Formats: sequence, structure tokens, C-alpha cells
Amino acid sequence: MAIKFDIKNADLFYGDFQALKNINLEIRDKEITAFIGPSGCGKSTLLKSLNRMNDLIEGCKITGSFKLDGVDIYKDIEITELRKRVGMVFQKPNLFPMSIYDNIAYGPRTHGIKKKAQLDEIVETSLRQASIWDECKDRLKKSALGTSGGQQQRLCIARALAVKPEIILMDEPTSALDPISTIKIEELCQQIKNDYTIVIVTHNMQQATRISDKTAFFLHGEIVEFDTTEKIFSAPSEQRTLDYITGRFG
Amino acid sequence: MSEKMRTYKAHPMSLLFSIITKIAVIITIAIFFFIVGYVIIRGVPYLTPSLFEWEYNTENASMMPAIITTFEMVGIALLIAAPLGVFCAIYLVEYAKKGNKLVKWIRLTTETLSGIPSIIYGLFGNMFFVIFLQWRLSLLAGACTLAIMVLPLIIRSTEEALKSVDDSFREGSYGLGAGKLRTIFVIVLPPAMSGILSGIILAVGRIVGETAALIYTAGTVAKIPGLFESGRTLALHMYVLSNEGLHMNEASATAVVLLVTVLLLNALASLVAKKLSKGEK
Repeated sequence: MAIKFDIKNADLFYGDFQALKNINLEIRDKEITAFIGPSGCGKSTLLKSLNRMNDLIEGCKITGSFKLDGVDIYKDIEITELRKRVGMVFQKPNLFPMSIYDNIAYGPRTHGIKKKAQLDEIVETSLRQASIWDECKDRLKKSALGTSGGQQQRLCIARALAVKPEIILMDEPTSALDPISTIKIEELCQQIKNDYTIVIVTHNMQQATRISDKTAFFLHGEIVEFDTTEKIFSAPSEQRTLDYITGRFG
Repeated sequence: MSEKMRTYKAHPMSLLFSIITKIAVIITIAIFFFIVGYVIIRGVPYLTPSLFEWEYNTENASMMPAIITTFEMVGIALLIAAPLGVFCAIYLVEYAKKGNKLVKWIRLTTETLSGIPSIIYGLFGNMFFVIFLQWRLSLLAGACTLAIMVLPLIIRSTEEALKSVDDSFREGSYGLGAGKLRTIFVIVLPPAMSGILSGIILAVGRIVGETAALIYTAGTVAKIPGLFESGRTLALHMYVLSNEGLHMNEASATAVVLLVTVLLLNALASLVAKKLSKGEK
């Protein structure tokens, strides 16, 4: 598989605090890559630097190279274009206080799609892809905030899919959800992985083993080990990885 | 009840405190009803049709020109203050970086401005708009002065309304590739709107009730004014009538109209505020 993201010698500082230290990582196309590690290890930080959400944080400084299909995302690409190609699903469902339809159509409208027929089609396809069409096709015009937490998170995924991204970043997407909703989201990830590259941050190691192809283990801002998920969880080469996955700390 | 009594016996101070709080409540409510009742009893009998004739003369002491002037004054002052205040607040919340020196200065100035007695605005308006810009005592000079006066109020309430919009909405919008402008207008402003509106309604209340700042800027002519003509608002009309001492009954009637206007505005403001808190849930 082709390399989608190529990260080289990346350092990230929040003011004086170094949150990422010399990160080198290749994320491959149409794979699910999981970031695991204890809280504050930098996994979310790295995820957010892939679509430049860290730009919103003051005092955040990034060095090194982040290449998407060989193009530096911090130098040679428009930020709105980058975020169109690299979608994001957040830890807590953050649907806008508007109708389900308007939520899904927000992204396409942002990128200039105005025709109703075209929007209708995008909304339906996105909702179908996120396997939530049947549950909400009769209330598209009702407020999106009236749905359950699990549905909201799947709607957030549908909203991200609606701009037709190549990559979807998920920042602990199931940490606020019940087990059944969690399973639905995981199944969803499996379904869409043939068309999208997914990077998922998770606290839940079972989740990483269930859905991901590759796993990166983070500790204190460094990647300790990066390999196939199978290898990481069966025969890690680093003692620290073994300690973490066997629950000795974290 | 008996259990309560036992508690109070054990802790006499808490009984005393509970009585003090209740007395405070009763006095506050009594004052409100006393004032409202007094104004209504004094004023309502004199609310005659002649008070609402188009032209003011010493025979009828009509308040109609003052009513219209009040609307003009509110309209023009808001036309200036509302966009200025709202955009200023948008800058402060959405654009300015934290710890920005300019932000500190704007905060300091708005807070200082909101603490200044209105007569000082009147004097400033007189020196600057009336004399220096040679607008004379006029509707425009008065409206500009009042606009400056209510600006801090509008900025403050808009700021609070914008801050109350959850940051996760902004993140969601940026995450989909939206720019700042779209995020602010489509995502942030709609849920903040009721908060902004209730701030503007409070500003209207202050404009309607203002006298001191207008005496030296808008003057006291009892006609419907053009932009560069002097005119008196309801509050000022009442002040002048009672000052002259010839039309005390008409002044009381004016007070009724003024009171009703302000009460309605406050009711509107709390209604809007209630809608806001409902929207947040």
C-alpha cells in the first residue's frame, strides 16, 4: 500500500513543554492505524497535527516535515483544502445545533456545493455509509441534538464523510459511548476502511486489536514502537510496550 | 414545623439570619410595588386623549412628540452602537489572541466607560458633538452620546453570549474545512443571537430612561425633531414638565407611559434570556 502520511523528525512544543519528540511515522493508504498510550503521551497531539487543528492553540510550535502524498501540509497546501482531505471525528459528538440534514450538508456547502439535488444525494450517501440512514431518514429536518449519544457520533462520522475526505482522524471516538454504540462505531470503521485511511486514537487496547492494522505505542511524547497490530500485541520488541499492553502501567 | 423550631432553638443565629433575609425580600418587593402603585395612582387619571395629540402646546402638554423622539433616539443610537459593539465583541472573542495588549486595553476602557455617571457623557457630548462638531443641540448629538454610553453594555453582553457557545462547535466547523468567517456567521452567531439581543434590549432600556446625558446634547424642544434638530425623549419630557412645575399631572401621566415601556422592555429581555438558557440544554 502506498504511503499516505509521511512524518519525519517531528517535534511539537506547547510553549516550553515539548509534547512530541522526534516522531517518525508512515501511515499507509486504506489502513487503520491506531495510536495507543497512557494519557498525556502525545497521541492526540500527533493526530491533531495531521489536519493542523493544533494551529488553533496558541503557543504551539511544530518542526519537522509532515507530508501528505508527498506534499508538505504545513507549507504547500491550503489549510481548508487540507481539512477537506483529512476529516476529523472528535472525542465528544459535536453536532451543530441545527437539523440533521444541515449538519451533514454543512461541509459540502462550505466547499461550494449549492444545488439541492446534489446535496440531497450527498446527505443520503454519507448517512448510508455511516449506517445511520434507516434510523434518521424520517427526521432529517429535525434537530440533530435530539438523537442519542451513539447516533450523534455516527452522524459526526457521516458529516466528516460528506466532504469526501481521503483520511479520517478519530480522537477517541467511543470514549463517551456505551458498549453497544462502541461496537457499532467499530463495525462502521471496518466497513469504510476499504475507501478511507483511518487514524484512530484510543485508550481501549481491545479496540485497537479489534479494528486496527497497525499500532503505534506512544510514551512521553515519543513513539516507542510502531508495527502491525498483531506483532505489537503478541510479540512486542520493546519491554515498555509489553509492560503497557499487559497492564503494568498506564 | 416543630423540627424546624428545634433547629432554631439549637442555633438561634440561623433563626435571626432567616428573618433578616425575609425582611430584605419583603422590603424590596414593597418598594417596587409602592413606586409602581404611586406612579399609576398619580398618573393614570390624567392619561387623557389630549396628551397624545400630534402637536405640543402649553394647553395640552402632549407627550406624542416625545414618544416619537424616543423611538428616533433609540433607533439611531442602536444603529450606531449595536454593529460597533457586536463587531468589537466578535473581535475580542474570535479574533484576538489571548494576552493580546489591545484586548486588555479594550477591556479596561469598556469597564471604565460603563462605570462613568451619565452626566459626564452628557458633558462630553456637549463639548464634542454639540460645540466642536457644531451639530448644536440635536437628535444626532444625543444619539451619538447615548451610543457611546451603551456601547460597553452591548460589548459585554455580546462577549458573554459568544463565549457561551461551546468551543467544540468551532472545532467541528474548522475540522470540516470551514474558514473563520463562515464559522462565526453560520455556527457561532445563531446560538449566541438571543444573548446578544437581550443585551441590546437592556441597552434600549437605558436609552429610554436616560435624561442627564441628553439635556446637554439633544436639548429639550418639544417637537418631533429632524436629525439636526433638538428634541426631548419621554424621560426628558417628564423631567422638564416637573421642573417647570406647571404640568405636574401631565408629568405623572408621562411617568406611567415611561414605566410601562421600561417594564415591557425588561419583560422582553428576560423572555429572550429564558429562551437562551433553554437553547443551551
